[in-house]
Amino acid sequence: MNARALLLLGLWPFAAGAQGFAGLGADTEGYAVPQPGTAFAFPRDHGAHPDYRIEWWYVTANLSAEDGTPYGLQWTLFRSALAPGGAPDAQVWMAHAAVTTPDRHFVTERLARGGTGQAGVVADPFEAWIDEWRMAGPNLQAATLTAQGPDFGYDMQLTAQGPIVLQGDRGYSVKSEDGQASNYYSQPFFAIRGTLHLPEAEVEVSGTAWLDREWSSQPLADRQVGWDWFSLSFESGDKLMGFRLRADQGEPFTAATWIAADGTPTPFPNGAFAAEPGDRSEVADREVPTTWHVTLPDRGLDVTVQALNPQAWMATSVPYWEGPVAVTGSHDGVGYLEMTGY
Amino acid sequence: MTAPALLSVRDVRKSFPGPDGPIPVLRGADLDLGPGRTLALTGESGSGKSTLLHLIGGLDRPDAGSIRLGDIEVTTLDDRGRAALRRDAVGVVFQQFNLVPSLDVGANIAFQARLKGRRDPQWERELADRLGLAPQLRKYPEELSGGQQQRVAIARTLAARPRLVLADEPTGNLDEASAEAVLALMLDLVAETGASLLTVTHSERVAERMDGRVHLRGGRVA
Amino acid sequence: MIAAGLQALLSHWRRHLLQLFTLIAGLALATALWSGVQAINTEARASYAEAADTLGEGRLARLLPPEGGSITQDTWVALRRAGWLASPVVEGRLGPARLLGVDPLTAPGDLGSIGAASTGDLQAFLSENGALLAREEVLADLPGTGATPIASEDAAPGTVLTDIRTAQRLLGVQGFTSLILAPAQPRRQAPLAEVAPGLRLQEPAEETDVGALTDSFHLNLTAFGLLSFAVGLFIVHGAVGLAFEQRRATVRTLRAMGMPLAVLIGLMALELALLAVVAGGLGLLLGYLIAAALLPDVAGTLRGLYGAEVAGTLTFRPFWALSGMAIALAGTAVAAASAFHRLATMPILAGGQRRAGASWAARRARRQGIAGLSLLLAALAIGAWGGGLVGGFACLGCLMIGGALLLPLLLDRVLALGARLARRPLPQWIWADSRAELPGLSLALMALLLAMAANVGVSTMVSSFRQTFVAFLDQRLAPELYVGVSDPEQAERFLAILPDGVRVLPIASVERTLAGLPSEVQILRDDPTYRENWRFLSATADPWDRLAAGEGVLVNEQLARRAGLAVGDRLDVADGLALPILGIYGDYGNPVGQAILTERLFRATFPEVTPLSFGLRVPPGDVPALSERLVREAGLDPERVVNQANLKAISLGIFERTFTVTGALNVLTLAVAGFALLMSLLTLASIRLPQLAPVWALGTRRATLGQLELLRAVGLAALTALAALPLGLALAWVLLAVVNVEAFGWKLPMFLFPLDWLRLLALALVAAALAAAWPALRLARVPPSVLLKVFSDER
Repeated sequence: MNARALLLLGLWPFAAGAQGFAGLGADTEGYAVPQPGTAFAFPRDHGAHPDYRIEWWYVTANLSAEDGTPYGLQWTLFRSALAPGGAPDAQVWMAHAAVTTPDRHFVTERLARGGTGQAGVVADPFEAWIDEWRMAGPNLQAATLTAQGPDFGYDMQLTAQGPIVLQGDRGYSVKSEDGQASNYYSQPFFAIRGTLHLPEAEVEVSGTAWLDREWSSQPLADRQVGWDWFSLSFESGDKLMGFRLRADQGEPFTAATWIAADGTPTPFPNGAFAAEPGDRSEVADREVPTTWHVTLPDRGLDVTVQALNPQAWMATSVPYWEGPVAVTGSHDGVGYLEMTGY
Repeated sequence: MTAPALLSVRDVRKSFPGPDGPIPVLRGADLDLGPGRTLALTGESGSGKSTLLHLIGGLDRPDAGSIRLGDIEVTTLDDRGRAALRRDAVGVVFQQFNLVPSLDVGANIAFQARLKGRRDPQWERELADRLGLAPQLRKYPEELSGGQQQRVAIARTLAARPRLVLADEPTGNLDEASAEAVLALMLDLVAETGASLLTVTHSERVAERMDGRVHLRGGRVA
Repeated sequence: MIAAGLQALLSHWRRHLLQLFTLIAGLALATALWSGVQAINTEARASYAEAADTLGEGRLARLLPPEGGSITQDTWVALRRAGWLASPVVEGRLGPARLLGVDPLTAPGDLGSIGAASTGDLQAFLSENGALLAREEVLADLPGTGATPIASEDAAPGTVLTDIRTAQRLLGVQGFTSLILAPAQPRRQAPLAEVAPGLRLQEPAEETDVGALTDSFHLNLTAFGLLSFAVGLFIVHGAVGLAFEQRRATVRTLRAMGMPLAVLIGLMALELALLAVVAGGLGLLLGYLIAAALLPDVAGTLRGLYGAEVAGTLTFRPFWALSGMAIALAGTAVAAASAFHRLATMPILAGGQRRAGASWAARRARRQGIAGLSLLLAALAIGAWGGGLVGGFACLGCLMIGGALLLPLLLDRVLALGARLARRPLPQWIWADSRAELPGLSLALMALLLAMAANVGVSTMVSSFRQTFVAFLDQRLAPELYVGVSDPEQAERFLAILPDGVRVLPIASVERTLAGLPSEVQILRDDPTYRENWRFLSATADPWDRLAAGEGVLVNEQLARRAGLAVGDRLDVADGLALPILGIYGDYGNPVGQAILTERLFRATFPEVTPLSFGLRVPPGDVPALSERLVREAGLDPERVVNQANLKAISLGIFERTFTVTGALNVLTLAVAGFALLMSLLTLASIRLPQLAPVWALGTRRATLGQLELLRAVGLAALTALAALPLGLALAWVLLAVVNVEAFGWKLPMFLFPLDWLRLLALALVAAALAAAWPALRLARVPPSVLLKVFSDER
């Protein structure tokens, strides 16, 4: 096994398949723990929260070229603390960038340690960076987004078309029956436009992007082995965030937020949202469900979610599946799907 | 057998180790041989005739008994003494492999005389001539026929002028014609040197040419 | 039929246990020596590869700071943010080990040995106190650091791997030693000159320096291994030949009973293959033991000589075992080829008699001698007109085999002369008999010849190497004290406090391509030190004056040979600076070409290079006081004030280790040859009775015959030793003057060590006496009845 993967198993919550979760569950001592009713303050909370153990800035985008070809894009920066106390050099940063086309999937990864300036996040004026990758703007209303690898890259412009949305109970997102939770807000209303640099060509694209911000110290219960996470944008302008946390035994824990076109969120408790795996694809020597039956009866939602490219495997130090999806059924639209622990 | 004996063998016993204990080969053999006399030693296979010859020649030691050669008591000689006996007093002609393979015929003929330190080149030449070996002197034993090899052995033995010639089936490996010729030459030459001859043989024809005969049966003289 | 045939064939070995033992032991020893040497070589090479792979050294490009400087963290971050996937490295010494600090988050590749560590270990690795990852034996020798020790057998030998911060803390440094570049860089990067103008890009080396140098050592070992194997094959050849001869009767009977020749040959081949597998397995085991015993010394040699880190412990490598087994089988096949040929062409009713006799022996010796002489001529031709490393080895092979084939003829002539000159019958017989026995002994004697020639050759080479190197060290290490400073300011400070009477020799060089070859240009201050000590391989009349006047350059032998330069040729040293070559000097152990410029010209041509190392000529008694003062008053790092005497002692210590290894292999090879002799004598003893019995019957004591046997073995060994001397010296010459030049670009002068020869001669005689002692004793005690059987019909 790759050395870095071993190293990171202990640090990242979605490094499933190993007992990494158990270690995390027992180890919140010295870290801040999310509390319900905490009010977010912006732009301060766009920045890092080093008192918490883990945190991420997570951008996914559904794009299309002028000829209608659909694309997906991912830009993610993770922070993980090696030790409590918030010291800059106790932070490890990891970033993933990906571009998904109907038949190809480009992935690359960066790692850094805090305290050197190689990676970090500043709230105002907003900049999140690792090496030459950046998400930067004066603020989260308008920002640039760049990343590159040896064989691909992108330069994008993000413009917010709606408000920031608090997930769960005003930003307190419960992750298990035992009460594990995270601080969680999103900006699902980005318009995005820019250039994908692919080996064959430079492609001008535009579409919608979704930013997730989440920070916590013990995000999962120790029985939970992985999750399936959906961010869906319907043609009606409504959006849905829903996740399903799988336990090693018993029913999965689900939660969802219905986001109206004006940005009004409606959280749903465990059980309201359901996602059932359908057809599986063989990806990187394992079986991964790349078709899902997703329902939220309260909103009359009954859709099929289908991967644009079933081979959207993130072959990074800690591998997982992440890629753009198409939504058909009671509601049509696009979205992003993330699956860990397969 | 009234002349004073050159060789006198009395009550000689010899056993060889076998799988079930010692196997007695000689159980008290006696014989006498006068100077210049010839004697055939005959007997069944395994009767001990070759063993007796070896003991007389100092090639092996008896378990008991006495062997006198002239004034030498052979049985009391140590290894050094037996070697000197073989070198100086007796000459042995075996059935085969008499010769030193790495030396040529000439050197073989001279070998024992030289070991003895009494070389007589003229006598050697005569022996070679008489035995028909003159053309072969520079050849090596492997290049000779069996009969020629035995002639060389006889020449080698007589060149050293021993008092006693011991022959163990000297013509046993030869065809009848060669055997006859070799035997005749040997008897003539032994007579000329005045040596005594003891020949172990199972051949009636050979035994008849000797002055006397001793027959061994079961390790004793019959 | 096959089962019955096999049973008949195999029954031979039950009755000839000694022969079976000879065959198996010979093959096992041959395999052991060969595979032992190979195990050492493989292990050492694997060790370098592993050491190099820890950071992809040699494989990956690097960014290097200006000479004597380091890279700051800010420069590194600026590079990262400009799209350069560079990872920082800090290198230094921690106690006896090499400390390598890396950033596990940005280091390219798999980081070699970290892969095997557990999650908990890795957390410790990044923790504040850090962790040190190394082999157990390396960890045991480290000073206390407060860091968590992590034992990993996958770690590179002699290397301690740690986090970059831990390394900086332990070494007390701020910046980085170098930055390694990931092989796959992103699509867009800012130009290096804009982001970090002070750094140099070093492209991955085709072959590391360590590789080129250690090859020299391995070449020697390989040559030795090959010769040892050849010695072993002679034994096997003898044993197989004998077994086939003695089974002629069996073969005749089997064929007369209707067994096809092809089946018979197949059965015998199968039988031999089985024996070879058994012997090869034993040999591998033995070879492994030999290698395990010698490896610590080899590791020490390589570490000291070339700075290459080799683990002192052996790991089992399947490829090594397979190749060892393959060579055992191939060796058996080669050794048995002639026996099979005879078997295949033999008429059914051929007799079982052994051919013997002096005339046949002489004819055979003549045939072999002619073949040997042609091979020697071929060796001469290849040596004179052939080229390349392959040519060198071909020359070596022809020389050794030719020499071996010529030996029987040589001995035959000497023995014939002896026989002619002998006056007394027994000496005459012993000369003649020895001559007749030569065919039976010649294989063993050839083995002895090869073993001794290899001994003489390799010892001469190693000793010449040592002598040359020691003299070279004396030339080169003339300054009493060596001093390194970290920056020009410190250099000025230290130069200012030097007392009168101390002469300073600045040391600096720049990497340049000279005559199209990677080379360096060195600075040289005009000083009596050089004029007095340096010896040129060739030079103009007054090289030093002309060099000081800036009228020319000096070049090392490597550059001269590789570029085909001679004294008087012009060399482009820098842009617009072409100078004639004034002299060529020996520069042993340096893989690259070198040119020397006088100080004034060097400083004018390369103004950017400031010397940061210095040799100091100090009155010998003042050395300790001065070194102390330099550390105290000029603030020099005590590690970088080196006493020349210590340096020399270290260098010489290294050679002693080389000698241990060579010495051990010498003794082993000789032991194999001695064993071959013993086995030949033992086998001969039983079939030689027809030669001895008549002499015994005619009045020679068995004890005398035994003594003569002993004398004969020692005499033949002595004659062989005499023949081995010129052959060994020829071997040494080929190694030094042909193979070495082709492989490394420098020629080593050959020195002769007659005392070593005497020691070797004594050793060979002792080996022969030991080998002959038992057969002689057996002969002295053979019962008369056994001798008498020769003459009777019972045989």
